[in-house]
Amino acid sequence: MRPDAPETTILIVGFSQAFAGTVAGVSADARREPRFRDGVRAALPLVPGPLFFGISFGVLAEASGFGAAAAVVMSATTFAGSAQFAAVSVLDSGGTLAAATAAAIFLNARYAAMSVTVASIVPGWWPRRLASSQLIVDESWALSGRSGRFEWPVLAGAGLLLYVFWVASTALGTVIGGLLRNPDALGLDAAFAALFLALAVPYVRSRRALQAAALAVAITLVLTPLTPTGVPIVAAASACLIGLKR
Amino acid sequence: MSDAWIVVAAVGVATVLFKAAGPVFLGRRALPPRIQPAVELLAPVMLAALVTTQTFGEGDEIAVDARVPGVAAAALALAVWRRVPVVGAMAIAALVTGLLRLL
Repeated sequence: MRPDAPETTILIVGFSQAFAGTVAGVSADARREPRFRDGVRAALPLVPGPLFFGISFGVLAEASGFGAAAAVVMSATTFAGSAQFAAVSVLDSGGTLAAATAAAIFLNARYAAMSVTVASIVPGWWPRRLASSQLIVDESWALSGRSGRFEWPVLAGAGLLLYVFWVASTALGTVIGGLLRNPDALGLDAAFAALFLALAVPYVRSRRALQAAALAVAITLVLTPLTPTGVPIVAAASACLIGLKR
Repeated sequence: MSDAWIVVAAVGVATVLFKAAGPVFLGRRALPPRIQPAVELLAPVMLAALVTTQTFGEGDEIAVDARVPGVAAAALALAVWRRVPVVGAMAIAALVTGLLRLL
């Protein structure tokens, strides 16, 4: 979902710590065990994010002809804002099914990395772990790691609160979107672009990320006149390979 | 089945698998550290590409129209006022582009 929360720093720190294998063990005995309700409480200040963001998704999905039911089901099953917006926007601009799907899947690949960081703390046998792991979103994951180690009850509490608001506000947005006549006249296509721009900001703090993003822009601009709609976005994903360079 | 529903199903299944990758499939193992930096760059790269097509793409062509000043205004707001909410940036872009189209 929206990665511009103040916790973004934690997200980045969390990644580097988790993968360096040095997640600081905050003296567990010095503090009580975290509970589900701690996660709910921690996520309360973030609620306006998914609320307005979910309404926007519903509005844009409905206005672009994606369909209200598909938008709500997508919010309930995918629960990852940027990928959902990406899929709708590629379809809306005439891209193919494959391009829309690939763009969204590339955006969500980061969840594989996040889920690995919490792999050992998700309780229960596998069907329960499968279901509860769906509560991993940028914000819940970032909140759960802010004490220096990942805490599952916090992630579950925060994730569930954000999930409820996300799905409900998507539904509300589709109702509002159905009332709009000509969305492009209102500049909603530019709003899509501004949305992706705002989402990208917290990610491009490092020089490497900035270079990769610039390369992606260049690939997209060059390929747009040369290839079918949707292909440039998928091809731009290859810009992430500069991360393999030492 | 419409395109939208196929996308919903495919993206939904993939996302469920991504989120379950650690807790269900990997257990305590980690992603290969070698590919980690590339996976982390996927989000900014895809978002940058989406900004580009959404601002300049017109089917198979590059077009410079009312969207460009709208997105530029949003970019300016994001640069000047760092805590501008996502919805605020969207509103600025929609407003500027919408007004220019009225002219």
